[in-house]
Parts: sequence; structure tokens; C-alpha cells
Amino acid sequence: MTLSSTPTLTEARPGASRTGTAAARAARRRAVLHWVAVHSLAIAAALFFLLPFVFVFLTSVMDDQQALTTDYWPTSWNWGNYGKVWDTPGFLTWWRNTLVYAGAGTLLTVVSSLPVAYALAKFRFRGRNLALMAVIAMMMLPPQVTVIPMYLFWAKQMGLGGSLWPLIIPMAFGDAFSIFLLRQFLMTIPKEYVEAARIDGCGDLRTLLRVVLPMAKPAIAAVALFQFFYCWNDYFGPQIYASNNHQAWTLSYGLESFKAAHHTNWNLTMAATLLVMAPVIVLFFFAQKAFIEGVTLTGVKG
Amino acid sequence: MSLAFGTRKGPGTGATDPAAPSTQHLLRRKRRREAARTLAFLSPWLIGFGVFFVYPLVSTAYFSFTQYNGFGSPTFNGLKNWNYVLDELPTFWQGLRNTVWLVLVMVTLRVAFGLGIGLLITRVKTGAGFFRTVFYLPYLAPPVAATVAFAFLLNPGTGPLNHLLGELGLPQPGWFADPNWSKPALTLLAMWGIGDLMVIFMASLLDVPKEQYEAAELDGAGPFQRFRYVTLPNVSPIIMFAVVTGVIQTMQYYTQAIVAGKVASGIAGNSGQQFEPGFPQGSTWTLPQMVYNLGFQRFNYGAACVVALVLFAISMAVTSILLRRRSGFMSSDD
Repeated sequence: MTLSSTPTLTEARPGASRTGTAAARAARRRAVLHWVAVHSLAIAAALFFLLPFVFVFLTSVMDDQQALTTDYWPTSWNWGNYGKVWDTPGFLTWWRNTLVYAGAGTLLTVVSSLPVAYALAKFRFRGRNLALMAVIAMMMLPPQVTVIPMYLFWAKQMGLGGSLWPLIIPMAFGDAFSIFLLRQFLMTIPKEYVEAARIDGCGDLRTLLRVVLPMAKPAIAAVALFQFFYCWNDYFGPQIYASNNHQAWTLSYGLESFKAAHHTNWNLTMAATLLVMAPVIVLFFFAQKAFIEGVTLTGVKG
Repeated sequence: MSLAFGTRKGPGTGATDPAAPSTQHLLRRKRRREAARTLAFLSPWLIGFGVFFVYPLVSTAYFSFTQYNGFGSPTFNGLKNWNYVLDELPTFWQGLRNTVWLVLVMVTLRVAFGLGIGLLITRVKTGAGFFRTVFYLPYLAPPVAATVAFAFLLNPGTGPLNHLLGELGLPQPGWFADPNWSKPALTLLAMWGIGDLMVIFMASLLDVPKEQYEAAELDGAGPFQRFRYVTLPNVSPIIMFAVVTGVIQTMQYYTQAIVAGKVASGIAGNSGQQFEPGFPQGSTWTLPQMVYNLGFQRFNYGAACVVALVLFAISMAVTSILLRRRSGFMSSDD
């Protein structure tokens, strides 16, 4: 994956024609026009993607009065709005719950999915393709399809309603999407490495941990990020299992009712919205490469 | 486990050394050990598959033929739930129609826009890194946060978008508050988060062999013809992938629709008020919301399971299209 290189597809190369002929000048003018057209479009697109953030931010620092108007620009910069959101009853608890859910969920997913992905990628056994199809079927299953029996199981039989455990515990049993993504990556590791380790007397588990794991670090990072984002963003899960207990809410679930529940204006709601967006965006900047690699790993094997 | 340095003996030699195990015996032991090893590595998922897939699926099918509200035990009532959902629940068909709309409009526009942004970003020379990050960023916004933000940006009263449209003398739709505009508003939100498609289109566009463009140019092909005869055939597998995964995502469309409805309607749960999805006037109903509504708001588990099964059938049908293209999607080394 070379994301950094920008290819020259059709442009005439400036400098290649220093002879000053009319044709060369026309070609250079075309190249300049092309540059201008492409970059104008890119700026227009950038405005489409950025302006929502800008308006949300500008509103988040307005005072209560101004937030009820159609003004774009704040007359005074009320940074205290962020403090107010932070001090809203429950907000810190939602943060802690979200971190526990996303942290534990990510760790459990990686630990339980890696061996399964390894077996699907490197072991030969009967029914391997069937197992892979089952993984894909599970990956494509909308969570709502199984939610009624699962809810009855967790809430009525296990007594875990009103908590996030029904969402965390299943992640100790492999996550279909993570298994699939890891398997796609492990397929690319030449089997000579695995065989060499075996000849050196490594058992399967040791081979996985000592040889395969270090090579699969980028894929593991991508899977961990995806799972962290999934948990952070999950709305349906907390809605089903935790809606009746404020103490177990997550940021994503709490944010939606923030405006109504706390009788707040748009300014505080937008401040809360930015506070929920910020961590994932910061995380992305630290792990950009792993993330983009992961996105391409899912789809580009076409 | 290596047999290479072990006691590899011919079939006859076993007789001269009764203590040594025969080759066949060794082989069988090896095979058994391999099976045990495979089972051990797969075990987390095998349990998960049984407990979180097979069991609830069978259970859902069973509940769909029973009357059950969570108390007591389910009682068999034949096809009553199916008749109820298919004949007496107009919102079911409305939800299906909405889903078809979203597939036709939202998925199509998203794929076209993703390809367009991908084409654009591969041609940007100056500030490519900046533009790439900016185009990708909205995809990272958590769906609930992005939806709440758009509910503000598009709110008909004080929203900046309508204010802007007004200043330009353009009509100001009601967006999430208007049944005719709620799905277009959701489409706009979906197009804002185009980052995932941009990245996979960008990767495949960079993989198109440059020689093909040069050859086409030599043959006198203009920009449109180059796109039609060089770019499009090269990225068509990715377009197919994007369409199929887009349809699967649309079948699961839930969070944005329900959050937009809640925020726009002003009823955001919590205060004891119950929000019925689909606001405004059922224009944002989707099947997953119906499972939630029937199961967790109306406690009609039987009917909820009928909708869940319909959702399952459609999802698996779409998935099978993806699986038929096995060659690429499930690359195999044998």
C-alpha cells in the first residue's frame, strides 16, 4: 500500500519540453488548468467535510442566548461550556464505562480471535472452508437477528441486565470480523516460516506466539483499533442491555439523550458531541497507518 | 511435530523391533494430535458460534411461532405472528420500502461519491496528505455523535445549513423533521462519512497499470473514454464489493435513523416518554428498528422474531452474492 505516492496519470510533464514550441506551451497550459481544476474541486470537497466540524465547534462555545439564534460566529468564547459538560452528572461515569467496554472488549477480542484466525489460515483440516463460510455468515449477521434470545439469556437467566457484561463476555469467544481480517493477513505469511519454526522444535502455540505474532503486528493493531472503535461507537448494545441503568450507560448511548435529559441548549450538546468525537480522532492520528491498512485489508482482495 | 528424524521404518521392520510403534500407528497418532490441535485453536470460536449464533437463531425461529412477552413460558400459536407482521403491521412494509429507497439512493450515491473522491484524491498534487486526512476524518466520527451534530446542522429552526440556503435564496427543507426529506438528510450524513470507501477506491485506483492509460492516450482516448475503458473495468470488482457491503450495511441501518428521529422529534427517551422509531411519520423505519420496537417496547417477542428472521433471510441472501465471488474475497492458498 503506497498511500504517499501521487501518480502522474495523464499530465504533461513540465520541464520535459523546454523547446518552447507552441504544442509544448499548449500542453503546459493544459497541465496548469488541470491543476487548478483538480485543486478547486478538492477545496470544495474539503469544505463539505470540514464545515460540519467548524459549525459544531463554533456553536459549542456560544453562550446560551446566542445558541438559540441562527448566528454562525460566537460573540463571546465560552470555553467554560466544556467544563459544564464535563461536570454534568453521569458524564464521567459514561466515560469510564465506555473505556472499560472498549478496553476489555478489544483485549478479549484480539486474544480469542488470533488463534482461530491462525488455524483457519495455516492448518489443513476437513471443513476448513465450511468454517470460514460460517465466520463470514456470522460477520454479516445483523445483531438484531439474535437479540431477543440473547437478551432473555443474559437478562433473565444470567441476571446481567443493566450492565455491559452481556456485550463484553461474548468477545472472549472470538469476533467474526476480527477473525476474518486476521486470517486474510495471516494468509500472506509464507508457510516456510511456520515450517521452519516447527522443524526447530517449536510447538504450535510457540510458533504462533514467537514467529507469527511479531509478523502479524500490523494486522493485530488494525483489528484492535477496529474493535475499539466498534465498542466506542456501539449504540444498539448499550441500548438493549444498559438503558434501564444510568450507571451503566456509555458515551454513545448517553449523548443521544443529553439534550433532553439535562435540559441543555445546542451549545452544550455540541460541546458534548465534540468531547465524544475527540478521543477516536486523536487515536486515529496516532495510529493512522495501521487503520488505513486495516480498511484496505478488508476489501481490496478483489 | 516432525517425523523426519523419528523412527521411520518400513512395514516389515516392526516385527524385528516390537517396542517401536509402526508407521501406521505413528501416522494415526499424528493425525489425532493434529485434530486435537485444530480443535484447541478453534475452540473459542466454536463455543461462540454455538452459543451466540446457532442457539439464538434456532431460538428465534422457535419464538416466531409462539406467543411470548418475557413472562411465563412461550405458548405455541402457529402462524399468528407471521400473519400479524405480514398483514396487520403496515410499518413492516413501510420499513421494507424505506430500506429499498436507502439501497437505491443512499448506496448508489455513496459508491459514486466514494469513487469520485477516490479519483479526485489520486489527482491532487499539492497538499495531498492534508486533503486525504480531511476527506477521511468524518468517517471516524462516532455515528451517534455525527447524527446529533447533523440533527443540529440541519435543524429547520436555527441550523446553519438552512440559514445558508436562505441567504442564497434557496428553499429550506425540513430535513429530519419532514417525512419527504428525512431519508435525503440521512443520505447526506452517510455521504459525509465516505472515508472507508475513499480508501479502498484510492488503493484500487493506484493499482491500475499506468501503461493502460498511456496506451489509451496514444490511441487518442479523451478523459471520459479513459475513465470508461481503463479506469472502470479495473475498479469494477471494488465497485461490486462496495455495493454488496453497502446493501448489507443498509439492512442493518439502525443507529443513525433512530438517533436522528429521537433528536429531531425532541423526545430523547429517559424522561419516561417512549419514542416510537420512524419519526417523522414512519419515514425512517427500518427492519432492525422494528425488532427493537416489537421486542423491547411492545414486548411482543414472537412478532419481533418474525421480523428478525426476515432480516436474517435477506442478509444471508446478499451475503451469498459476496461468497459466490469466492476467488477474491476468500483468497485460499490451496
